[in-house]
Amino acid sequence: MLRATGLSKGFTLHLQGGLRIPVLAGIDLAVRAGECVALGGPSGAGKTTLLRCLYGNYRADGGTIEVMHRGAWTPLSADDPRTVLDIRAQTIGYVSQFLRAVPRVPAISVVADAAQTADGRARHAQAEALLTRLNIPHALHGVAPATFSGGEQQRVNLARGFIGGHPILLLDEPTASLDPANRDVVIELIREAKSRGVAIVGIFHDTAVRDAVADRVFPVTPLRDAA
Amino acid sequence: MNLLAARDLGHRYGAITALDGVSLDLWPGEVLAIVGESGSGKTTLLDVLSGRITPESGTVWYRDPAGTLHDVHAMPAPALRALHRSDWGFVRQDARSNLRMTVSAGGNVGERLMAQGARHYGRIRAEAERWLVQTEIDADRIDDLPTTFSGGMLQRLQIARTLVTNPRLVFMDEPTGGLDVSVQARLLDLIRTLVSQLRIAVVLVTHDIAVARLLAHRLIVMQRGRVVETGLTDQVLDDPQHPYTQLLVSSVLQP
Amino acid sequence: MNTGYNFAYLDEQTKRMIRRALLKAVAIPGHQVPFASREMPLPFGWGTGGIQVTASVIGPDDVLKVIDQGADDTTNAVSIRRFFARTAGVRTTTRTQDATLIQTRHRTPERPLRADQILIYQVPQPEPLYRLEPSRAETRKMQALAEYGLMHVKLYEDIARLGQVSISYDYPVLVNHRYLMAPSPIPAFDVPKLHRSSALQLFGAGREKRIYAIPPHTDVEPLAFDDHPFRPIRAPRSCALCRSSDTYLDEVVTDDRGGRMFVCSDTDWCEQHR
Repeated sequence: MLRATGLSKGFTLHLQGGLRIPVLAGIDLAVRAGECVALGGPSGAGKTTLLRCLYGNYRADGGTIEVMHRGAWTPLSADDPRTVLDIRAQTIGYVSQFLRAVPRVPAISVVADAAQTADGRARHAQAEALLTRLNIPHALHGVAPATFSGGEQQRVNLARGFIGGHPILLLDEPTASLDPANRDVVIELIREAKSRGVAIVGIFHDTAVRDAVADRVFPVTPLRDAA
Repeated sequence: MNLLAARDLGHRYGAITALDGVSLDLWPGEVLAIVGESGSGKTTLLDVLSGRITPESGTVWYRDPAGTLHDVHAMPAPALRALHRSDWGFVRQDARSNLRMTVSAGGNVGERLMAQGARHYGRIRAEAERWLVQTEIDADRIDDLPTTFSGGMLQRLQIARTLVTNPRLVFMDEPTGGLDVSVQARLLDLIRTLVSQLRIAVVLVTHDIAVARLLAHRLIVMQRGRVVETGLTDQVLDDPQHPYTQLLVSSVLQP
Repeated sequence: MNTGYNFAYLDEQTKRMIRRALLKAVAIPGHQVPFASREMPLPFGWGTGGIQVTASVIGPDDVLKVIDQGADDTTNAVSIRRFFARTAGVRTTTRTQDATLIQTRHRTPERPLRADQILIYQVPQPEPLYRLEPSRAETRKMQALAEYGLMHVKLYEDIARLGQVSISYDYPVLVNHRYLMAPSPIPAFDVPKLHRSSALQLFGAGREKRIYAIPPHTDVEPLAFDDHPFRPIRAPRSCALCRSSDTYLDEVVTDDRGGRMFVCSDTDWCEQHR
């Protein structure tokens, strides 16, 4: 579903006198349908950077990323922003660590807007069901998430990620600020997605969650340590 | 297929270079933000793209609904004016400069319809009412003068007046500038919703990176008349490559 | 006739200049043609545009009638009639059917005009978009490009506020399906008489230095909405003197106890129908 070949990525900090920080080099990763790959490695190793590269959020310096998109292997290239947008709409979903939404939009709409179906009522119903499943009280559905607690925002974010039904999901610390009950809901959601054939790449610091969902761990090693 | 294309635009004001080798493409339904500090040439670019200023060099192409390409600066004035009244729209920071302050809200919204030849009062009024509601203005304000409206309402009225003819391309110059943050958030949400529902292509000029992030699919970063970086909005803002973009992004205050 | 003046007061060069403007105006119905308006021996606003047009088309055989608000006996009408009697030596009349030239302020005669008659209107403001768009350069562009949506905005506003179009005089019309034209401050009631009139109608604005024309048999349509059609307004009475029930009436206050009467505004029509 997703493959990266010879992927490398670094940052050039022009404001720090052009300081060059290499983060990823020679990454080869392939993910099959229904498979969940956990990115492993210490903090700062570049797990989030890799995840963001796979979403097209960071522009890779070298190597290729290809996605099974609309039935064909499609390169995820910064030179073709419209294809990247289409891939994000149709194929790759991403759950970041933090929720970013237009300030006054209610939670239910934040989630419903991410649904694939065009039918407004069906989207609303899907969003409603997901938020309820993630234990967001009904009273909060109509409230903008800016005022929510960290855990509630995270769950709105998860609902937004899962509602799209994308065949590939990228999860960045999906359970970081969740209590055990909600963590179990997320584990369930991930398992259901896998059984539908969704390919998942995730960063799970919580080893219990990782053991519960991941089929294998892909180690990301810090470049400077390796050097 | 692209809706608007600019190739190698160049323009100078005396010794000041306002545009230098600017090229871009805009597709139907796409929101393109032009960011950069004051004097970077973004407003000049907007004026050139919309045909208000003829550039010293370069060409702007516009594809009409029938698929024919037009050189915007070679179009006869009547055709360009007609385009600005129908298929195009312009939303300005100062709503007053675009509204008729002595004409009721309904008349302001209805004007573009009447300019297109609508001659049925009842239908014009019904359409104006529908657009006031769409832009979250109470329908019973339809006969009120814009002078009685708040800043946020004026901006929404300007949007209603612009969108009533179902334009395919809207130019926006700092549409949320000068408004209170709460009003700004509401307006951003409205613009975002309408633009995506109606699949309107937008060229948005803003110096507010947060506005660009929430509204735009793609971003163009300008410095001294040049495009220094372009790409998907989140790519450019999360992984800026050019020194100037890095400076711009790192200078934003995080609330 | 006072022989100390040129025939009809204006010098021949000026008359030729005005005739050229008139020819252009006739060729482009409803279009405002600029002309070098002259100083006349009466102030702007007293009909200097109409007088210059009259002076340029009048000949020794013409019979002139001058009306002001429909009346032949008001100061303005009397003095302009005398002016041409003295400077051109032409015959004058108050009878519409006897006149070959009629100069008018604020009315169109009730009696339909013939092909051998010319009606000359005095015009204070030739640009119908004037009150809506302050920039003269912009109104010219709008005229050139036939962008008249703004005029309909004005009608829209009237209906929205008052339930009907409130323009009772100088009602904007579209001439020959092309130019938006101010018919001068004649009552809206008179506007249908402009439509396909057999007579040539000329308009002169002295202060604004514009001439325009409606050639005979030209379409003249008042602006309106499909669901709010144009309605000429008149007082729903009959003339107290001649009993006419389809003419434009003036309301005359007869005492200080509320007494009033309605009489024809067209004094000649009224006298001939008693």
